[in-house]
Amino acid sequence: MKMDMSQYLDVFLEESKEHIGSLNQKLLDLEKNPNDIPALNEIFRAAHTLKGMSSTMGFDDLADLTHHMENVLSDLKEGLLLVNSGVIDVIFKCFDRIQMMIDKIETEGSGEVDNRDLIVLLENVKSGNYEAAAMLEERSAEVKPAVPAQEAGQSYQEAFEFNEYDLTVIKEAESRNLNVYYIKIHIDEQCMMKAVRAFMAFKAVEEDGEVIKSIPSAQDLDEGRFENEFEMLVISGTDADELNSKLGSITEVNVVEINKIDAESIGAAKPQTNAAPVAVDEVKSSQVEADDTKKTTHKVKQTVRVDIERLDNLMNLVGELVMHKGRLEQIGASRKITELNETMEQIDRITTDLQSVVMKVRMVPIEQVFNRFPRMVRDLAKELDKEVDFLIEGKETELDRTVIDEIGDPLVHLLRNALDHGMESPDERMKSGKPAKGTIVLRARHEGNNVYIEVEDDGAGINTQRISEKAVEKGLISEKEAEAMTRDEAIELLFRSGFSTAKTVTDVSGRGVGLDVVKNKIESLNGEIFVDSRHGQGTRFRIKLPLTLAIIQALMVSVRGEIYAVPLSSVDETTMIRSSDIKMVQNQEVIMLRGNVLPLYRLGQLLFVPGEDNDEEMYVVVVRKAERQIGLVVQTLIGQQEIVIKSLGKLMAGIPGLAGAIVAGDGYVRLILDIATLF
Amino acid sequence: MEDTQNVRFKGAVGNDDEIQVVAFQLGREEYAVEILNVQEINRLLDITRVPRAEHHIEGVVNLRGNIIPVINLHSKFNLQASGNEDDKRIIVFQFDDVKAGIIVDEVSEVLRLHTSDIEDTERVYGSITAEHIRGVAKVEGRLLILLDLHKLLDL
Repeated sequence: MKMDMSQYLDVFLEESKEHIGSLNQKLLDLEKNPNDIPALNEIFRAAHTLKGMSSTMGFDDLADLTHHMENVLSDLKEGLLLVNSGVIDVIFKCFDRIQMMIDKIETEGSGEVDNRDLIVLLENVKSGNYEAAAMLEERSAEVKPAVPAQEAGQSYQEAFEFNEYDLTVIKEAESRNLNVYYIKIHIDEQCMMKAVRAFMAFKAVEEDGEVIKSIPSAQDLDEGRFENEFEMLVISGTDADELNSKLGSITEVNVVEINKIDAESIGAAKPQTNAAPVAVDEVKSSQVEADDTKKTTHKVKQTVRVDIERLDNLMNLVGELVMHKGRLEQIGASRKITELNETMEQIDRITTDLQSVVMKVRMVPIEQVFNRFPRMVRDLAKELDKEVDFLIEGKETELDRTVIDEIGDPLVHLLRNALDHGMESPDERMKSGKPAKGTIVLRARHEGNNVYIEVEDDGAGINTQRISEKAVEKGLISEKEAEAMTRDEAIELLFRSGFSTAKTVTDVSGRGVGLDVVKNKIESLNGEIFVDSRHGQGTRFRIKLPLTLAIIQALMVSVRGEIYAVPLSSVDETTMIRSSDIKMVQNQEVIMLRGNVLPLYRLGQLLFVPGEDNDEEMYVVVVRKAERQIGLVVQTLIGQQEIVIKSLGKLMAGIPGLAGAIVAGDGYVRLILDIATLF
Repeated sequence: MEDTQNVRFKGAVGNDDEIQVVAFQLGREEYAVEILNVQEINRLLDITRVPRAEHHIEGVVNLRGNIIPVINLHSKFNLQASGNEDDKRIIVFQFDDVKAGIIVDEVSEVLRLHTSDIEDTERVYGSITAEHIRGVAKVEGRLLILLDLHKLLDL
């Protein structure tokens, strides 16, 4: 009977995505530095986990692919295979496929994909290795009859990657008068149970010794994942002949080679490697390996996955708590109970902390989004034949989950633009006296209640001349306008919808692929986008975002006895006026504000609040709606407040002028105005 | 296979043709909703008016940090409010994933109704309100109007 795994599906998907993210990242590291053993170990570990998870979940195609990938990775790790761009490309391809399969599992519930093409690729990569290995064996076999220790050492040297730990073990063995042998064993082609024979060989050796290393690894041998030969490095008290006869007595096992080696020959042949300790004692492999990887992995933070809905609930409850605390305070104040008031102060502090902790829980590092970019930039740079260094700064910057989910696409746009249009080709760069390799920086940082994300390149910069030409051509502006245009205004054109589509822009050296889309997205997140550009020196896009969409600063106003919240982001200023200040222009109430005519709207009328505005003094909240200023007449200003936005629910969705609601400190529900749709 | 089990299960409980309802007063009429949809019954909470909403939406209330719309059936069905302010209640119900409250003049009781006692609306009502009604039940000389929450919320 098949277990029902559906309840684990979410966890599986989430974790797989994380693993893919880290795989991509580490593989890039490895590509940059082929000797980066910790990165390799991490890739191996992630691939292994992925394999385990997918086979548990019953996604056999995924498990199969990861299994083959793991084989190649394992060879890389054992030093049987060299890290080169060919291998890396194949593995990247695998990652893409895995990503695709996971997406498929998420959307369709099944991950059935034919991966034979990739598996063949992987096999080829792996067998390339076997050919090399075979050649190596031949060479050592030829010289076998009188192998000088030195030469023999050389060949093991190539087969086995000795690290410092191995050397120490070997030296230690020598100091205890034990011998170290390199043994190569061939198992009969007809043999049905290779794994068993290998196990018996291990057993025979271990009667009076220890296997320090084997190729393939002990685990692979156990599972029969090897051709007909394997090699091992053995520390033993017995001499070579005895070992030879012991091993030879096992049916279907032939000793091809047995050589004594010593630490000196290895040490001499290969001076100090910087390799970090890889799995060493393969006999106790699993355990040792686990310990080992722990050492080399970055410290993994302990985390718990929580449904975001639960966090919202928690937030609600904390809100309630704060509210009732307010009531208690009132009681304390009206009855003049000093002890109560003192305790309330404590509670006040705690609830404030509690609130900020709960807010923080919803924050996630922007790393989640940033991590997928290095890979994208690399691929794109290759595609476009450009050389680029991609730097990420401040990836630990935290943002609300809701913002994180939305910010990915705009950043993809900006990065693609920077590479495609901003960055020149290496030749052009050389000509203008810049290094052939360009730099793109993706940067995130906190500033007050905002997060800034910047995409900066040291490319050609924006050619405003070309932009205005293009805009005239497209009929967006007249030639006269183009001439009168300042640099900033010209850059602003990039964000106009209809300025460009991908195709038309590739032949302009400006930018503009979907920048209007980017701008809209950012604005829908209550953010802003700015551009700095210097001709010939590069371009910088800066995105300013609120820390969270759930909490905003609002100005509380009252009108005819009702209280509303106006998002501070759309408030320019407030001012007090007298009813005599109001003038009429074409049946529209206006006031003069520093010489400008400001149209007035009475909030009470807009919202059909019962009653009249008949105060002599009133307040005007100057709000901005699409570059236009409008005065909103209210009775009084209550003050500025940080509010947690709640939706009005399905039943009242889409009421023009209302953005949502809040539960105010006094327990009443107050409505949040949406300036964009209010008028 | 499944069907027979279902039937047996229902048979075991023995009231396949019986439903439980919460009965309440709206003006001079008596209404009822199925108890399974009712989450709780509250005293009148402070209702915040929602401008520009449909006229039968009285406003929103804060129910332990959740914002819940309150429907005024008096204005929807064109009924006069009656009874004591003190007796007024908000019945909060949940239907699918929508939570909402209705203001009622008085909650009378929880009743068991035989489905056979419920009459189809077309035979009884001809008015606009009929589309929000599942039927009319006769209980001991009283007439209970059974609300169809699905239609009521499909505003």
